[in-house]
Amino acid sequence: MKFTKRTVMGLLGATFLATAPMQAVAQDWEPRKPIDFVIMAGAGGGADQIARFIQAVAEQKDLVNRPLVPNNKGGGSGAEALIHVSGTNDPDHTILVTLNSFFTTPLRQENLGIDIQTFTPVAMMGVDPFVLWVHKDSGITTFEEYIETVKEMGGEYVMGGTGAGQEDSIVIAFMSGAYDLDIKYIPYDGGGAVAKDLAGQQIMASVNNPAEAKGFYEAGDFVPLLAFSDERMPAYPDVPTIKEKGHDFSYYNQRAVVGAPGMSDEAAAYYQDVFTQIYNSEEWQGYLTSESLSPLWMDAAEQRDYWALQVENHKTLLSALGE
Amino acid sequence: MRVGEIFTAGILALLSIYLMWKSTELPIGYISGTGPGGGAWPFWLAAIMLGSCCWTAVDWWRGRTPASRSDDPVLDSHGWRTLLFVGGGVIGFVALISIISMYGAIAVFLFYYLWFLGRHSLWLSVTMSLVVPVALFFFFEGAMRITMPSGLPFTDPVFNFLYDVIY
Amino acid sequence: MEVLSLLGDGMLLSLQPLNLTMILIGVTIGLFIGAMPGLGSVNGVAILLPITFLVPPSSAIIFLAAIYYGAMYGGAVSSITLGIPGASTAVATTFDGRPLAKQGRASLALVTAALASFVGGTVANVLFTLFAPLLASVALSFGPPEVFALMLLAFATFVGLGGDDIPKTIFSICFGLVLGAVGFDQISGAPRLVLFEYNGFLQGIGFLVLAIGVYGIGEMLWTIEQTRGDVTATTPKMTIKGMASDTKEAAKKGWKGTAIGSFLGFFVGVLPAAGATPGSLMSYGVAKMVSRNPDEFGKGSVDGVAAPEAANNSASTGSMLPMLTLGIPGSPTTAILLGGMVIWGLVPGPRLFVDEQEFVWGLIGSFYISNVAALLINLAFIPVFIWMLRMPFTILAPMIFVLSIAGGYAATRDMFDIWLMVVFGIGAFFLRKFDYPLAPAVLAIVLGPIAEPTLRQSLLLSSGDPSIFFTRPVAGPITIIALILIFLPLLKALRRMRTSAKKPAS
Repeated sequence: MKFTKRTVMGLLGATFLATAPMQAVAQDWEPRKPIDFVIMAGAGGGADQIARFIQAVAEQKDLVNRPLVPNNKGGGSGAEALIHVSGTNDPDHTILVTLNSFFTTPLRQENLGIDIQTFTPVAMMGVDPFVLWVHKDSGITTFEEYIETVKEMGGEYVMGGTGAGQEDSIVIAFMSGAYDLDIKYIPYDGGGAVAKDLAGQQIMASVNNPAEAKGFYEAGDFVPLLAFSDERMPAYPDVPTIKEKGHDFSYYNQRAVVGAPGMSDEAAAYYQDVFTQIYNSEEWQGYLTSESLSPLWMDAAEQRDYWALQVENHKTLLSALGE
Repeated sequence: MRVGEIFTAGILALLSIYLMWKSTELPIGYISGTGPGGGAWPFWLAAIMLGSCCWTAVDWWRGRTPASRSDDPVLDSHGWRTLLFVGGGVIGFVALISIISMYGAIAVFLFYYLWFLGRHSLWLSVTMSLVVPVALFFFFEGAMRITMPSGLPFTDPVFNFLYDVIY
Repeated sequence: MEVLSLLGDGMLLSLQPLNLTMILIGVTIGLFIGAMPGLGSVNGVAILLPITFLVPPSSAIIFLAAIYYGAMYGGAVSSITLGIPGASTAVATTFDGRPLAKQGRASLALVTAALASFVGGTVANVLFTLFAPLLASVALSFGPPEVFALMLLAFATFVGLGGDDIPKTIFSICFGLVLGAVGFDQISGAPRLVLFEYNGFLQGIGFLVLAIGVYGIGEMLWTIEQTRGDVTATTPKMTIKGMASDTKEAAKKGWKGTAIGSFLGFFVGVLPAAGATPGSLMSYGVAKMVSRNPDEFGKGSVDGVAAPEAANNSASTGSMLPMLTLGIPGSPTTAILLGGMVIWGLVPGPRLFVDEQEFVWGLIGSFYISNVAALLINLAFIPVFIWMLRMPFTILAPMIFVLSIAGGYAATRDMFDIWLMVVFGIGAFFLRKFDYPLAPAVLAIVLGPIAEPTLRQSLLLSSGDPSIFFTRPVAGPITIIALILIFLPLLKALRRMRTSAKKPAS
């Protein structure tokens, strides 16, 4: 057990005051205040875990001279976060960790008056794929058996998810349309709650991110049937993709960091530099592998194009959902 | 108190009606096959609120509650003064936060309360209203890492200096 | 017994100098964070999480668990001394803790809270050690209909909480439930009750906004107005002897409440969706029901402090269980702990107990040690809290306002919520004058957002058939008991009112 001076310093700093001034990195612009690190989801969810991981890496490596202060604003499918960030009076010290609700919420609630192209691209940290899971006691082991069972049940097959218009419901809606399935969909307030009720067999199947289902998969409770990624996932080499089944469809949840609208170029450059270092760190790369996220690095201009593309895609997907 | 009670019940009844009306933006009925709609829960609860206001009105008419039998004023002159000076002080405190920052507002409010309302000595009032905000600054910003509102931009130099001290 | 030797190893691990230091620092930080209105274990754990990367994972989680424990003890402190529940789990503690403090018996209330918390925590630890895997499967069998039935049971205890005025109590409950529905409809995903079209309502109305408004502002205004600003709580000086006699009295009068709270709290806390708030509330209700002098409740009953305090500590330990065994957080704090475990490279879930034995038992061992440390540190600080109460009211009152507003902002980080708090505070002042009980509203805003979605999820499951609440093996009996408990006192009260109405009022 290591009990170093650094440990003591860290603790004292947390308990009373961080007394040691940090060595400033030579740069044009530096934050002068604590950075409002807004998270578009409640405490404990996938996005929150990622945000806290990023914060931890940044602190551990002394990448920022002012703390990143996590601020969970998950209300209204992220509407709360978008309003908060676009209305900030200090855009140079406000950044946002996003999910796909960054695209869908402004589309579904036009009265918010949010234009995501006004936000400042910072970093695309990775994308989180989706997998279709069933409980092992169902006896289903392949996607074909699943289709057969759902059809036999005639509208009584129950799946859980995080709610209408959310990422997993888009995937389920596509799947139902492509295979003509009639599924009863129960909305929960988070991916963790969905996984728990699948483990307790309150629901029969779910579309969860691998990170949410991993614990139950490793214990042998969950069986993965189908991945909605472009290619087979390294952690689940035996699980076919929906593309192999003949449907040109893939869907990922973005894990990106964006700056507030109106952020100065110098501040944007600073954050882009910090998050590039975090992205390239051993810790983050290890996290991508262990939680089955796919890397999808982009520079600022590519991110803007990606946003435009995603908005168009989601318009189509949401209209197919009847929203 | 007698007028006050029915007046309060009336206001709350209006609030209930507003909440019921607002709930109807989403379906309030029982949708067959899926259960109640999105507005049903608040709508019917607000309806119960309205019902209980009517019940209160009946009790009031029959003189069943202590307030309905009392002819005392709701607030005597002391009560009004309390509400005005203390309640108003709190409102002023909150309004000041957006202008002179949380800590500045705390200092002003404490001084106002201790010196003007509490009639404490000037020395105690000034000391308290300086020590408390500084202590809270170190507690919230230093130890808890929670950023409080810093008011209008003119406070920036002070805060930038303080942040340099603690980080 | 393999379990016992693992647990022994775990306790030894947490007695190592580094870990013991962590526990002592953690408990003390937690105690003070918990005692601040608005701040709770969530804040402490969230802020200190990154710091824990500097130490090994087992020390890190021991530190965070110690903060969690300390904050649980601290919650009672602000409920009793200031009358402001710092967390929803401590609302029930104000019912009797505050009256005791007003009678000048704050030290008795604080000692009772500390002892009950200790017993609750320890009972939960023992149950945890012995039955963890079994309880995990019980937790999984609770689907939406079971959770809703449990919420009904929690509502049943409300009936005994309100004042004598039935319509005003009903109003308060429903008002809390409607406020809880503001924001977003989870089932349809549509915005709902965005009052007066303020976007600030999109995020919903948090428990703390209502609680701090009602207790920190409304109740304070009422006290100042009622007492003409002259509050003289006769608080005797603390002496060792006084504390010893308080301890004796607390043990004698509070054992029943403690026992009820310890067990009931744990079982409710184990269920992932429920958590410590319904646990403490139900324990209070049950303690009142079985008490020989139920009339004392609400006026300063020792049992009334012991039951919810034992329950919220016990439930907090209980809510660690779904986190460790299933990887499902039972509360916001455990959600962040869970995030921490992922960062440390541990996989929470069913395999954790098998793959990471040293970590799991180290943590459970630290629960026992933290609990002892929390009791001792808390008792040591009681004189400080009492000293605070002895301050002149004209100093204490502005401090409470400042702590309420600053603490409220720290928790919500939104000026909109602060204004809402002020509005609730002034509204509560007037409602208080006309005998509207407000505690039911404050609790309903916590339970409503659990009850409504589970009700509607259940009806989706059954295609709209409400018999689902009666036919499922676990949900059925709970629902029936809850309905009996709700309607029995209502019928009784109605009958009493009718007979008293016939008699001329004397």
